[in-house]
Amino acid sequence: MRDNAAVPGAVIEARGLDLVFQTADGPVQALKDVNLTINKGDFVSFIGPSGCGKTTFLRCIAALEHATGGSLTVNGMTPDEARMRRAYGYVFQAAGLYPWRSIAGNIRLPLEIMGFSKAEQAERVERVLALVDLAGFGKKFPWQLSGGMQQRASIARALAFDADILLMDEPFGALDEIVRDRLNEELLKLWARTGKTIGFVTHSIPEAVYLSTKIVVMSPRPGRITDVIDSPLPRERPLDIRDSREFIEIAHRVREGLRAGHGDEV
Amino acid sequence: MRNLGPILVVLAAIVALWYLAAVWMNAAWVHDQAARDGRAVTLAELVPLTLTQERPVLPAPHQVAKGLYDGLFGQKVTSKRSLVYHAWVTLSATGLGFVIGSAAGMLLAVGIVFNRAMDLSVMPWAIASQTIPILAIAPMIIVVLNSTGVTGIVPKAIISAYLSFFPVVVGMVKGLRSPDAMQLDLMRTWNAGALTSFAKLRLPSSMPYLFASLKVGIAASLVGTIVGELPTGAVAGLGSRLLSGSYYGQTVQIWAALFAAGLLAAGLVALIGWAEWVTLKRMGLAR
Ligand SMILES: Nc1ncnc2c1ncn2[C@@H]1O[C@H](COP(=O)(O)OP(=O)(O)O)[C@@H](O)[C@H]1O
Ligand SMILES: [Mg+2]
Repeated sequence: MRDNAAVPGAVIEARGLDLVFQTADGPVQALKDVNLTINKGDFVSFIGPSGCGKTTFLRCIAALEHATGGSLTVNGMTPDEARMRRAYGYVFQAAGLYPWRSIAGNIRLPLEIMGFSKAEQAERVERVLALVDLAGFGKKFPWQLSGGMQQRASIARALAFDADILLMDEPFGALDEIVRDRLNEELLKLWARTGKTIGFVTHSIPEAVYLSTKIVVMSPRPGRITDVIDSPLPRERPLDIRDSREFIEIAHRVREGLRAGHGDEV
Repeated sequence: MRNLGPILVVLAAIVALWYLAAVWMNAAWVHDQAARDGRAVTLAELVPLTLTQERPVLPAPHQVAKGLYDGLFGQKVTSKRSLVYHAWVTLSATGLGFVIGSAAGMLLAVGIVFNRAMDLSVMPWAIASQTIPILAIAPMIIVVLNSTGVTGIVPKAIISAYLSFFPVVVGMVKGLRSPDAMQLDLMRTWNAGALTSFAKLRLPSSMPYLFASLKVGIAASLVGTIVGELPTGAVAGLGSRLLSGSYYGQTVQIWAALFAAGLLAAGLVALIGWAEWVTLKRMGLAR
C-alpha cells in the first residue's frame, strides 16, 4: 500500500471536486467544490437530505461515476487504478445476493472473478462468514435468511477480498430499528478488528454519531459539504454511549448543520 | 390429487357436449337417407345412426378414440397407416427445427444485448418476420428448396425453426437484461469484464425466462412442421394425415391425427418443463 504524498495517512482525498450530470432537463450539479480528506482507519459517515450527493460521492470514490472537475485520489491513485487493485468493497442498500448461489457461493463470487485459488476461496469464505457471525450458514440459500442476515452476507462478500476501504450506501436503511442497532454494534466491532477505512451513507443522525470518527454533513442543490465533525467519542462504544452528554452534543451539532444547509436554500 | 375432481367434471362436460353436437350435426345425413327410402326415423333410431357413420361431419368421441387407438397400437409402427410412424416423421423435423430455431434465437439474443447496432436492426426484422402468415411462405420455402435439391426433413425443419426462434429471442433478451443496475455495478466494483458478467450474472439470470420461451418455442416448432407437411404432396407426417383425411372425407382420420398432434405437443412441452425443473432445481431457483 502506498501512502498519499500530500497528506500522510490520507486514504481518500478530494480537492474541489465537481460533478455535473447532463440530463434531459439540463445539467444537474450533483457535487460542488467538495473538499475532504479521509485517513486510514477512519469511520466516516455522510449525512444529509435526499439528493445532496451522498451516493454520488461514494460512487465517485468507487469509480462508478467520474467527476467533471477537481481531483480525487484513492490510496494516492485515481479511483479507476484503485479499483483495479481491489482497493474497496461496496455494500448497497439491498443485499443483491444471487438467488441461484448459496451464501458461500455468493461470497465466493468476487473471489472467483479475481482468480483466487479454490483452496484460498474456501478459506476466505469461512473466515468472513465467521467475521459477520454467519458461521454455519454457508450452505443456505439467500431466501432462507432474514433481511438482516442477507445484509450481513453482503458485507462478508465485500470483505472477502481484503479491500482496505469499505463503502456502504445506506446498508441498513431497509431494516427495522432493532436489527439495525445490532448490526451497528457488530459493524463497529468488525471495524475495530479489521482496521478498515469505512465510508458510510446514512439518513439517521444517531446512527451517524454512534458509528463515526468523522461525520460529513451535506446539503443539496448543489450537493456540497456544509460541516465536517471530528468525533471526540472513544473508539470503544457500548450502545448506551448514546445517552451520554457528548453524544447528545454531537447529535445537536449535526442537526444544526443539516438545518443550516436547508436554511440558505429556501 | 385434489385437482382431479374438477378436471374430470370439465372433461365429462366436454364429452357430453361433443356427443350432443355429433348427433345434431350428423342428423341431416340420416334424415336424407330415410327420405330417399321414403321412411321417417324416430329419435331412438336416429341417435345410434348419427354416432356410427363411416364419414360423419363430426365423429363422436368414441369413434375418434378408436381411430386414435388403431392408429397408435393397431398397426406395425412402420406401416404407412400407423400414427406412430407419422408422428415420428413429424417429431424428427420438429426436433431439428427446434434445435436450429432455439440456437439461432439464443445467438441473436446475445448479439442484441451486446451490440447496439444489432439491437436496433435485428429486433424489427424479427418482429416483421412473424407478421407474415406462415401459410403463405411455407409453400414457397418448400418449392424453392426442392428446386435446389434440398428435400426430406430439412425444408420442414426450416419452417419449424422460423416459427420457434422468435419466442426464444424475445424471452432470452428479456432474461439477459433482467439483472438490475445495482447488480451490474457490483460486477464493476469487482473489475469484472463483459464476458465475466455475462457468464456469472446475465446468463444465469436469464434461465427462467429462457425456459418459459422454450416451451412456447417447441409448440411453435410443431405447428411449423405440420404446416410444412401440408404442401409436400402429403407423403408422411401428421400434417399429411390431416391433408389426405380431408381429401377423402375421412373425418375420423383427421380428428385422430389432430389428437395425436395434441398429445405430441403436450409431451414436448412436458419434456421442456422437466428440463426446466431439473435446471432451476440445481440452480437453487425452484422452490
Ligand atoms: N445518473 C444520474 N443522472 C442524472 N442525475 C443524477 C444521477 N445520479 C444522481 N443524480 C442527481 O444527482 C443528485 C444527487 O443524487 P444522489 O447522490 O443520489 O443523492 P443522495 O444519495 O444524497 O440522496 C440528485 O439531484 C440526483 O437526482
Ligand atoms: Mg442515495
